[in-house]
Amino acid sequence: MAGPISFDDLINPDLHPEYEPAPIFSDDTSFIDVIRPEDIKTSTLQVDPARVPVVMVDNLHVKYQVYSSGKAVGNAGARRLLQPASTRGIRTVHALKGISFVAYENESIGIIGSNGSGKSTLLRAITGLTPPAAGAVYARSRPSLLGVGAALIPDLSGDKNITLGGLALGYNRQQVEQMREEITKFAELEDFIDLPMRTYSSGMGARLKFAIAASKQHDILIVDEALAVGDAKFRKRSEAKIREIRESAGTVFLVSHSMNSIKETCNRCIWIEKGVQKMDGDPETVIEAYQKHKK
Amino acid sequence: MTVAEEAEKYGLHRVGARPSLANYLKQTWERREFIYELAKARVQRQNQQNRLGMIWVVLKPTMNAIMYGVIFGVLQGSAKGPDFPVFVVIGVFLFEFFTTSMNGGAKSITGNQALVQSLSFPRLTLPVAQVTQNVLTLMPMVVVMFIYAMILGTTPKWSWFVILPLIALMTVFNMGIALICARITVHVRDFTQILPLVTRALMYTSGVLFSVDRILNHWPWLVRIFDFHPLYQFLQIARAMVMNDAPYDPFAWVVVGVWSVLTLAFGLVYFWKAEERYGRTN
Repeated sequence: MAGPISFDDLINPDLHPEYEPAPIFSDDTSFIDVIRPEDIKTSTLQVDPARVPVVMVDNLHVKYQVYSSGKAVGNAGARRLLQPASTRGIRTVHALKGISFVAYENESIGIIGSNGSGKSTLLRAITGLTPPAAGAVYARSRPSLLGVGAALIPDLSGDKNITLGGLALGYNRQQVEQMREEITKFAELEDFIDLPMRTYSSGMGARLKFAIAASKQHDILIVDEALAVGDAKFRKRSEAKIREIRESAGTVFLVSHSMNSIKETCNRCIWIEKGVQKMDGDPETVIEAYQKHKK
Repeated sequence: MTVAEEAEKYGLHRVGARPSLANYLKQTWERREFIYELAKARVQRQNQQNRLGMIWVVLKPTMNAIMYGVIFGVLQGSAKGPDFPVFVVIGVFLFEFFTTSMNGGAKSITGNQALVQSLSFPRLTLPVAQVTQNVLTLMPMVVVMFIYAMILGTTPKWSWFVILPLIALMTVFNMGIALICARITVHVRDFTQILPLVTRALMYTSGVLFSVDRILNHWPWLVRIFDFHPLYQFLQIARAMVMNDAPYDPFAWVVVGVWSVLTLAFGLVYFWKAEERYGRTN
């Protein structure tokens, strides 16, 4: 049938195939860039079967929400509360962007990076104090920060503070009694132990805090630049103590800006830059690369 | 194999995960010596810088009792009932125990942020230590309360000893309140700003300074509500046990018992549910 199509032909259902709507949801998803869970797992996290893993950090992301003005909520607080959430000027800072590593028994890991690169955030996330936005941290026991200062009361004597600090660390009274002499001796405070802690010099206070904290056999220990405690002599002894803790089974994380103390105490080093894990390996190599980068 | 499964294989657990309630309570029980030592140290510190030292523990509620006693004694005139000074002393002293537990409990997590962030221990120890501290300061207050009662003409009697189980029950109740307040403050810091108001409102609605039966006898339904008011019933039992002749309904023991157990049970679960939240900065 040639010639122009008539209107009758257009509306005649016999001349047309039955209408079939195009599928809205297609089974073919090949064009979507999907990463299935089984694809991403363990690709970056290889566990060495010959060694005992103690901490596993799996694709850790941490985000902070801050007011972009940087000011306290203050006077504008009431007005801000009335506005919808999106216009309140909240900015999300992506502090850690996918950190993954496995720490083994008897390892001592130095964490380096420039200021604001996320070192302290990483440590806080490992202790479980900062919630991860994605990923997770697995550990054999709860990692603890080396520090007991917050449990001590300056108005009490050093002696009473040893009791308090020791109990705070989880010892019972009997164990505290056994350690008391050793702690006093290590802190070099034999003559002043009966005086209130607020009368101590800052160095004496720091020594006592370190001595109490270091008395504990930590399975997983986190030290945030705590090596710069006291005078040169005490620093040497505290470094030796850290090494001793490290050797008595367990894992140590050390954050420091002193490349020398990292080189002396650590046998592995992780370099973080702007929340991204730049390098992970032997301290000499990593520190060299880091110093080259800084110049 | 996912990382979680692999971690499980090596016996690693997710950091910061909340333990089961039974395990949590067990861990807290293991810290009982720390709780006691912390409470004792804080009591010592509390008044060390003051010249009169520990005497303030007793002096402050005494002055409160005198002030409220005079004001409310004058205001109520003949409606105040017999033995009004003893009535007020018992009310003010025991109510002080409740308010210090509530206010201290509310600050027990937020006020110890540094401690919470540096050491890992069940956070339950902090509000418990706070209430323990309040029990320790209550002990000399109770002794002084009995001395005042004798000075004001009350004859000592055996039922005075019933005050001990009553305080134990009140401690259970206060602990529950402290736990609930501790968690609320973590979520909403502004809560501590409202607490003084709550304290005062409770003071005037718990029969600390007046006898509900006498003041509200025109509204019997209101008096009926006070039959189930935990704080009022605590005070009524204490007054009946200490004073020469004070009316007292043994049903009050059931009221305070049920309130205490329920408050503590709810407080424990409510506090434990947010265990992962304490100490976090955001």
